[in-house]
Amino acid sequence: MQVSMTVNGGAQVHEVEPRTLLVHHIREALGLTGTNVGCDTSSCGACTVHLDGEAVKSCTVLAVQADGSEITTIEGMATAEGLHPMQRAFQEQHGLQCGFCTPGMVMAAVSLLDEIPTPTEAQVREGLEGNLCRCTGYHNIVRAVLAASGQALDDPVSVGGAGA
Amino acid sequence: MSILGTRVVRKEDPKFLTVGGTYVDDVRDPRLEGAARATFVRSTMAHARISSIDVTEAQAAPGVIAVLTGADLGLAPLPPSIPLLNQSMVRPLLADGTVRFVGEPVALVLSEDGPSGEDAAELVFVDYEPLQAVVDPEDAVRDEVVLHGEAGTNLAMEMDFGSDPDLFEGCEVVVSQRVVNQRVAGAPLEVRAGAAAWGEDGRCTYWCSTQAPQASRDTIQTALGLEPGTVHLIAPDVGGGFGAKIGCSAEDIVVAWAARHLGRPVRWVETRTENMTNMGHGRAQIQRLTIGGRRDGTVEAYRLELLQDTGAYPAMGGILPYLTRTMSAGVYAFPKVECNLRSVATNTAPTVAYRGAGRPEATAAGERAMDLFAAEIGMDPAEVRRKNLIPTDAFPYTTAVGTTYDIGDYTGALDRALEASGYEQLRAEQARRRQEGGRVAVGIGISIYVEVTAGPTAGGEHGRVVVNADGTATVYTGTSPHGQGHVTSWSMIVSDRLGIPMDDIQVVHGDTDLIPNGVGTFGSRSLQLGGTAVHEAAGKVLDVARGLAGDLLEANPDDVVLDAQSGRFHVRGTPAVSKTWVEVAAAAGEGGLDVETEFTAESPTFPFGAHVAVVEVDLDTGKVTLVRMITVDDAGRLLNPLLVEGQRHGGIAQGVAQALLEEIVYDADGNPVTSNFADYAFVSACELPSFELVAMETPTPVNPMGAKGIGESGTIGSTPAVQSAVVDALAHLGVRHVDMPATSERVWRAISAVANGSAA
Ligand code: FES
Ligand code: FES
Repeated sequence: MQVSMTVNGGAQVHEVEPRTLLVHHIREALGLTGTNVGCDTSSCGACTVHLDGEAVKSCTVLAVQADGSEITTIEGMATAEGLHPMQRAFQEQHGLQCGFCTPGMVMAAVSLLDEIPTPTEAQVREGLEGNLCRCTGYHNIVRAVLAASGQALDDPVSVGGAGA
Repeated sequence: MSILGTRVVRKEDPKFLTVGGTYVDDVRDPRLEGAARATFVRSTMAHARISSIDVTEAQAAPGVIAVLTGADLGLAPLPPSIPLLNQSMVRPLLADGTVRFVGEPVALVLSEDGPSGEDAAELVFVDYEPLQAVVDPEDAVRDEVVLHGEAGTNLAMEMDFGSDPDLFEGCEVVVSQRVVNQRVAGAPLEVRAGAAAWGEDGRCTYWCSTQAPQASRDTIQTALGLEPGTVHLIAPDVGGGFGAKIGCSAEDIVVAWAARHLGRPVRWVETRTENMTNMGHGRAQIQRLTIGGRRDGTVEAYRLELLQDTGAYPAMGGILPYLTRTMSAGVYAFPKVECNLRSVATNTAPTVAYRGAGRPEATAAGERAMDLFAAEIGMDPAEVRRKNLIPTDAFPYTTAVGTTYDIGDYTGALDRALEASGYEQLRAEQARRRQEGGRVAVGIGISIYVEVTAGPTAGGEHGRVVVNADGTATVYTGTSPHGQGHVTSWSMIVSDRLGIPMDDIQVVHGDTDLIPNGVGTFGSRSLQLGGTAVHEAAGKVLDVARGLAGDLLEANPDDVVLDAQSGRFHVRGTPAVSKTWVEVAAAAGEGGLDVETEFTAESPTFPFGAHVAVVEVDLDTGKVTLVRMITVDDAGRLLNPLLVEGQRHGGIAQGVAQALLEEIVYDADGNPVTSNFADYAFVSACELPSFELVAMETPTPVNPMGAKGIGESGTIGSTPAVQSAVVDALAHLGVRHVDMPATSERVWRAISAVANGSAA
């Protein structure tokens, strides 16, 4: 079947098998390998992209279902001016280690702030429940999202020692 | 001012944040053009004889190139790579007559694309004659069902250091407990993947998701009977390992073989379900502990008996109880400690290293013992611990099992953790809630740990520093980062020593042609060994450069200094006349500023710390909520605090996950029950609080950087603290022990058991 979509601002028209998942279409046909596959049960969120402005797990959508839609992947986030504020916050707060969850996490986090511009820590944690990370313990991911929302952060470490 | 010790953000991040890392399945290399896809057919039985494998239908399916079995492969099975493990427990690369765990590779489908391979794998018909499976190590040890006929026993390893029947003679109080340190999954977010391409020159390039490229290269070469140097192994970006990706898999060997057999490149990436049932699991140790001492809180003797589950084919997991033994005395000056161990095969996935690897098990047992002892004598668990800690002025200190610790301040760590947690107020709050009789109980758990990193058995590590003609530097490291930030850290070390800007330093890793000698990244070894090797190589490059600059400046090299700010050489006291790296490199000529080193530590380092966990437990449902997690983790001198904090956070989260949520479960027939992320309770952001980190730095004398390991500390400290907090929350009801993970059901059962008068 022929599927056309706008991906990161550019038109893309491809023949796809009806059973092809959007994530495989993005990775194989479009060659955008920033979007990852981390599971086979729609649990991990590594495949998160924006579909018509909303975060979706691209392993839960068939490529044909995305016909006529607008897709943004991690590759479409930075601009000529530089990193997206969420990308910058992830770097500054050390919100990534191995980086495998990162593209999906950033896409989910951007969408979270679209919905709740100034979230509480609990709202950030709830909002990212569907995105798993094995490396960071989520601590610095949460900090990155809070920072990107313009909120002040606590000191990362308290000084030890008696009387501290 | 030196860049060392400062919070430098990672140089490698922009790539990961804009286009993503290049993991094996992302590699788009001309050598892999037209690659076939590999799909493994896996055993659906835990223990069975294979009477036949019918591949005809699969072979004829659309898109299928070949379907291969162990008979086609004709490769010898592999004995355990660790000589201490029973060498007759060999592992066939594709099942050979018998399958021994669900998920074991039985056949290989090579196809034009992934989907046709998956479809065809369903058409391979394996006729199994079921055999009795043995899943529980306590059953396996009786040898009623034996996995490996050749071995005649399930015992993969036994170490008996003797046992004193009078160990607890004279103790006023003796407490015993059986503790299960449950099986968990490393679950890196990137599953295992490989890609093989043979060149006209007879060499194989193999892309592998591994923590140890050189060892993976050697394993493939040996298994395929190839000359050393035949395999060029590349670890591109690796999406997490946690110990489960040390070395390569049986599947990697088969994929490399298949590419040669087909005369065509082959790619393989497993599914998450394959990963959860095949990649080695961690922990899986049953412990019987006994602790005895006086009513004043002095511990006089401690015994720990270990039964390690190795899974079907003994691997790294089989020897980890030896590390548990090494660290069994923990932070305590116990006068007598006994620890004997056995490792036993079962019809489950093999066990391997998992963050901490043997040491978390030691701390978990010891801290559980301290809590049980404290409860028995009715003393505050912090006080009992304090009373038995190795004194700060006693280092270097040799424990009752013969392990010598470099340096420590355990009392200082405990004080910091208690103070930061507001321990007394927490206890007051707990008492208040108990008095009010509310249905949400508060529990406070403590653990104090010491672990061992980068000892002589960790090997040396390779570092090479080259200053190029344009004044930039290239670092080649034998470590193989997968999230640890070595590109940034090694650049900081070299920049500090050579005055070359961070951005002008390139760090190369994970390519065995460029770095033939190297060990990898595991066991919290990288900075101490790999970082030190880079540090020393840079120092030697600097020595050579000063000599050359001396010639250029017509001065004695001893009088030449490098201004690390400007990166210029000048004679001491006369900075006006100076030479740049470009000038020195020109004088050195091609390859003139190129130094390789190998650093081996003479003795290990012993990172330590103290954790306090605060939980709330709903007494009606058993639901546990982790409210606070306060940690002191002393890793010696810090190179980059930002990265150290990241290691602590990740480690803490995984440790908490073991205490509260995660467990790999098999049913009695050996069928995996937790084979994907829907069934395995992988910890999410919702189940964790932000962590409260407290600083403490006690540099080690063992290496010039003063650095100790940090990768595993968080995991080692947090698991027992959280488990202890759960039990503490229920202590007033009479609960003394709850095994991990402390799920709602398990906690609820423990509460019900005491309510019904049967002990927990
Ligand atoms: S790959 Fe889509 S949720 Fe895991
Ligand atoms: S950074 Fe490795 S999984 Fe999130």
